Amino acid sequence: MAKKEAIEVEGTVVEALPNAMFRVELPNGHEVLAHISGKIRMHYIRVLPGDKVLIELSPYDLKRGRITYRLK
Amino acid sequence: MGIVIKSEKEISKMREAGNIVAKVLKILSEQIKPGMKTKELDIIAEREMKRLGAESSFHGYHGFPANLCVSVNDEIVHGIPGDKALKDSDIVSLDFGVVYNGYHGDAAVTVGVGEISQEAKRLIDTTRACLEKGIAAARAGAKLGDVSAAIQKYAESKGYSVVREYTGHGIGREMHEDPQIPNCTEPPYGLQPGTGPVLKKGMAIALEPMLNVGDWHTRVADDHWTVLTADGSLSAHFEHTIAIDDNKPEVLTKVIHG
Repeated sequence: MAKKEAIEVEGTVVEALPNAMFRVELPNGHEVLAHISGKIRMHYIRVLPGDKVLIELSPYDLKRGRITYRLK
Repeated sequence: MGIVIKSEKEISKMREAGNIVAKVLKILSEQIKPGMKTKELDIIAEREMKRLGAESSFHGYHGFPANLCVSVNDEIVHGIPGDKALKDSDIVSLDFGVVYNGYHGDAAVTVGVGEISQEAKRLIDTTRACLEKGIAAARAGAKLGDVSAAIQKYAESKGYSVVREYTGHGIGREMHEDPQIPNCTEPPYGLQPGTGPVLKKGMAIALEPMLNVGDWHTRVADDHWTVLTADGSLSAHFEHTIAIDDNKPEVLTKVIHG
């Protein structure tokens, strides 16, 4: 069964929220609510406001995403 | 979640699951005929799967209501079997997956019903060859983008387009694991050749090129499942689950005799 493509985009962290959630602004001005991936959590990579990150958007709800990478 | 590397033992379990998938698909391809309702194919798939002691990977997946995806003509993937009767000259993608001893196998074939046109036959043959090209490119040490590029290049050299919004996938204890495997190279959907994760021995992936006669854009039917070509053109789909090995990959969803 084919997988629905999850779309990856770059964004900038605007605000850190409780529960390891972040508000991330996309280049098109939209804001998404993103949680951090297990890998980032496991390796204890700090994500702070202002960081550029890669997020994977859910094709089912484009207002939510998952931070998969902190760009440097 | 990251790409899971499987041990020899896990790969041998996946080989068993894959063999069941291949056997059921072979039976379905032999029994398909004009006048048959698509849900009859689902009933056969369920019966044969249970006889071989496996369970469906698809049934209940995000609420999918059947064991088998049956996608006819301009339907690309995720067609729900129902009361629609097959006609002479239809082309049908049969996509099937099972879980056996905790591991998944997933494969698809496109077959013609009765007599099909030369054009439809050429599409089916090209899509099958596209999957072969993708498998040949999936050698240990290659990058995932090399596989995507091989699939797209061959499809477009024959004048077809590849579907972008649906991809192949890693497979193992879950039907859909990382990585996702695009069939094209253009961002944001695709992976350029030489980019993406490096393929290593022990990775198990399902490659599934979907080729359209017309444009690559898709739409989803009112049932929220069936994916169709936006322009109504014919589409074909082939899939194998493969394991990356030292040299050539091993196809896990082929019929093993004996």
